[in-house]
Parts: sequence; C-alpha cells; structure tokens
Amino acid sequence: MAHTASEILEGLAEIVAEETGLPTDAVVAEKSFTDDLDIDSLSMMTIVTHAEDKFGVRIPDDEVKNLATVGDAVKYIEGAQA
Amino acid sequence: MTAAASREVVVTGLGATTPLGGDVPTTWSAALAGESGARTMENDWSEKYGIPVTFAATIKVKPDEVLPRPEIKRMDPSAQYAMIAAREAWQDAGAPEVDGERLGAVVSSGIGGIWTTLDGWDTLQERGARRVLPMTVPMLMPNSPAAYVSLELGAQAGAHALVSACASGAEAIGYGMDMIRNGRADVVVCGGTEATIHPMPIAAFAASRTLSLRNDDPAGASRPYDVDRDGFVIGEGAAVVVLESAEHAAARGARVYAQLAGVGLSADAYHITSPDPEGKGQVSAMRRALADAGATGPDVVHINAHATSTKVGDLTETRSIRALLGSDADHVQLSATKSMTGHLLGGAGALETLFAVKAVHERLAPPTINVANPDPELQVPLVRDQPSALPDGDIVALNNSFGFGGHNVALAVTNV
Repeated sequence: MAHTASEILEGLAEIVAEETGLPTDAVVAEKSFTDDLDIDSLSMMTIVTHAEDKFGVRIPDDEVKNLATVGDAVKYIEGAQA
Repeated sequence: MTAAASREVVVTGLGATTPLGGDVPTTWSAALAGESGARTMENDWSEKYGIPVTFAATIKVKPDEVLPRPEIKRMDPSAQYAMIAAREAWQDAGAPEVDGERLGAVVSSGIGGIWTTLDGWDTLQERGARRVLPMTVPMLMPNSPAAYVSLELGAQAGAHALVSACASGAEAIGYGMDMIRNGRADVVVCGGTEATIHPMPIAAFAASRTLSLRNDDPAGASRPYDVDRDGFVIGEGAAVVVLESAEHAAARGARVYAQLAGVGLSADAYHITSPDPEGKGQVSAMRRALADAGATGPDVVHINAHATSTKVGDLTETRSIRALLGSDADHVQLSATKSMTGHLLGGAGALETLFAVKAVHERLAPPTINVANPDPELQVPLVRDQPSALPDGDIVALNNSFGFGGHNVALAVTNV
C-alpha cells in the first residue's frame, strides 16, 4: 500500500532523527541533508538503507546524489512506490 | 628512587565502565567491598547453541543509559565503553587546556568490533549486500575506539591502538607513557576496552577449555589462586587514564594520583596460548619495568596480578614474581581483581593499572575474593576478602598483564 507524502515525511524524519539525534520536527521538506542537517555521506547511505526498508522502494546510488533536500527524498520515494 | 627518564609521567584522570559500576568511584568501592560483577546472562545461547557457559561479568550500566542514540548507532559497543570511560577520565583530569597537537589518544581492544563484524555477516546472509550498513567498517575496525576518543578530544598528536590480546590495555598505557617521554605529547588519554560477550567468542573460548563452567555460582566462579579454580570468567568494559608530563600537570595545578614510573615489555616466543612455564618473559617484563622506574625489589609493595583463575597461568605468574624478587616477595601484597571484575580481555590491563594507581594513591590494596582454599603452590602473600593497607613512604606497585601470543607487559606505579 502506497504511503502519502506526509506519511513519508514523517517516516523519513524518524529515520533521520534516529541517525543524527536531531528532533523529528527539525526534519522538514526544505532542509538540505548536507548544509542544514549536517549529514555526511555514510550517514546518508545509512538513511537510504533504512528508507528503502521502511517504504519498500529501491533508491539507486545514482539517484541519491540528486536528493539534496528532505523534500527531494520524499518526492522520489513517493514516485518510486508507484 | 629516581625516574630513569627525563620527562616524568603522572596520572591525572581516571575513567571506567565495568561489570562493577558505570564509573570509577562505583567500580572502586565495589572492588574494595569484594563484590562480584559476574552474573547469569539473560539470553538463550545455551539452549540455542549449546554453549556450556551461562554467565559472564556483563557491564553494570548499559551504554544506552548514558550515550545519546546516534552514538549508540555509530559505534560498536567496544567503542561505546571506551568513550564513556574516556569522557569520565577527561572530566576527572579537569578537562585540561592542551594544544591538540600535544594531545594523544591510545585506546586498545584485544578483539575489536566483533558484534559489528558478526551482525554484518548475519545481515549479509539473511538480507543481502544492500542491507549491510555503510558504517560497518568504521565500527568494526579495532582502532575505532582510539579514533573516536581522538575525535572527541581533538587529539592530533596521534591515535593508536596496540593489539596484544589480554595485554592490550596495559600496552596502550605503556605506549602513551612513551609518547610523553619522547616528547610527542604532553597529555595522552589511554586505556583499553572490550565488548566480546557474544555467543561466538564465548563458544570459541569454551572450546579452548579456558572458561569457568561454574554455572550454578557465577559470583564464585572467578577464583584466582583457589585450589578449585576452573577457568576465567569473561567480562566486558573499558578503563581509561589520563597521562600527563609532570611539568604540564604542575603548571596547571592538576591533582595527581600517582606517577607512572616504568614500563616493561617482553614476548615469550614459546607458545601461541600457553605461558612459558619458566616465566622468563614475565620476569623480563617486570624486571624492565622496575629498572625503567629506577626501583628495586625492596620498593615493591603491591602487585595487581594478571591472575585469570586458570590452573596453569596463576601459578606461573607467582613463580615469576618469586624468581624476580626472591625474599622481597614476602612483603608484596598480591591482588587478583579479576576475582571481582571477571576478565575484560583488552580492557583488563587498563582497568588493573587503574586499580594499581588507586591502590598507590589511597595506599589500599583491593582484595581477592573466592579464595576458600589457597593453592599450596601460591608463592606470594595474597590480599584476601578485605582490602589491605599499603605502607607509608615511597612505594612501588606493579600491574602485570599477559596476553595470548606470549605478550607480557608490566607497568610500575609510584606515589608522588
């Protein structure tokens, strides 16, 4: 069953919070993973691994570099479910 | 006695998380009270895998009660323990102002991040390569605890992880001492850690017939020098000390616990696991530590023995002490603190050096518990059941740490 964009944002925020220690409400669509959330490449790959598990999607390595913001990731995951 | 080296090294901070307590004050008071950290494990490893041992000296305060969640996720338990101990030691030293280029980190583990290694293997087999976490390598590498401590404190003079099985923690402290003596650093945070209470290594130690099987009495299982000892009790945890050049400590008015006055190293080159029965390597290590400290036999009042509670190892060590000290061994107070803490493997040498520092500072040797019937071949006076006062005046304590592979490390601690 497909998740809505807001469900994906909520789930992604939980994953990011678990990995970084940031509060979930700091993880909003316009935030940049690197510039705002200070997430390094290893953490980003960990988040991707957990997001793939959680939402049942595949996020290829080539796509990860295009996911600059939280909103980009939500949008990609939403589309990849279809 | 005079220090052999031009730069004296003192101990200004202590930290630990052990089967006896989550910090040094709790651990030390439990040791003086003769408590055991061994307990029945809460798992099904015995039924599931047929592991013959159902107890261990597990960590008293779990890291997830102390560390923030992201650190738990990014560090193997061995690094978590080291970080907890290092932070306590650093605060205990008064968080010294020191140029990062003059600050070192030397934290050893005997086995490394084995939980991470084996979890990664399980994940690979069960769920495939894409589910193996990207942090796996930096978590499993044996230098991970040293690296994290270096990152935490900004230690740029060098971060090292010397590996010599159960001598690793003591060797780390000896190396930290050398870094100060040879001018590479003014302050070094050093110690050892281990987190090996996982079914695979327990099965492997059990296979080598080195573990106690006293499942019906965990607290009585680690009994060095008792005639009924039947092997060691696996433990986990970390201990870290802050070493500092005496000048640096004096300049900032630091509280000094003791002087780390000598280190002695040797290798048996005899057998991969058994100690040389003649103890030549052990004697050499202790002799070198005393010479390095500018001390002689009559100065030695206390030895924290390696004494793991194995049939052969315990007696080999006391024979070595007697061979080195002769009649001077009659006034040594010998403590086998693994009777209480279990065997922390790569953490053991650091924790027992920390105990030797506390013993010198407080002039109080910790007890050896569970010695109902001392082995008649025990050749050195043993501190049993109650702590025992050490004499006034200038005193020397030794910590002995020996490891599979024939590694021998002795450290000499003196009062200041």
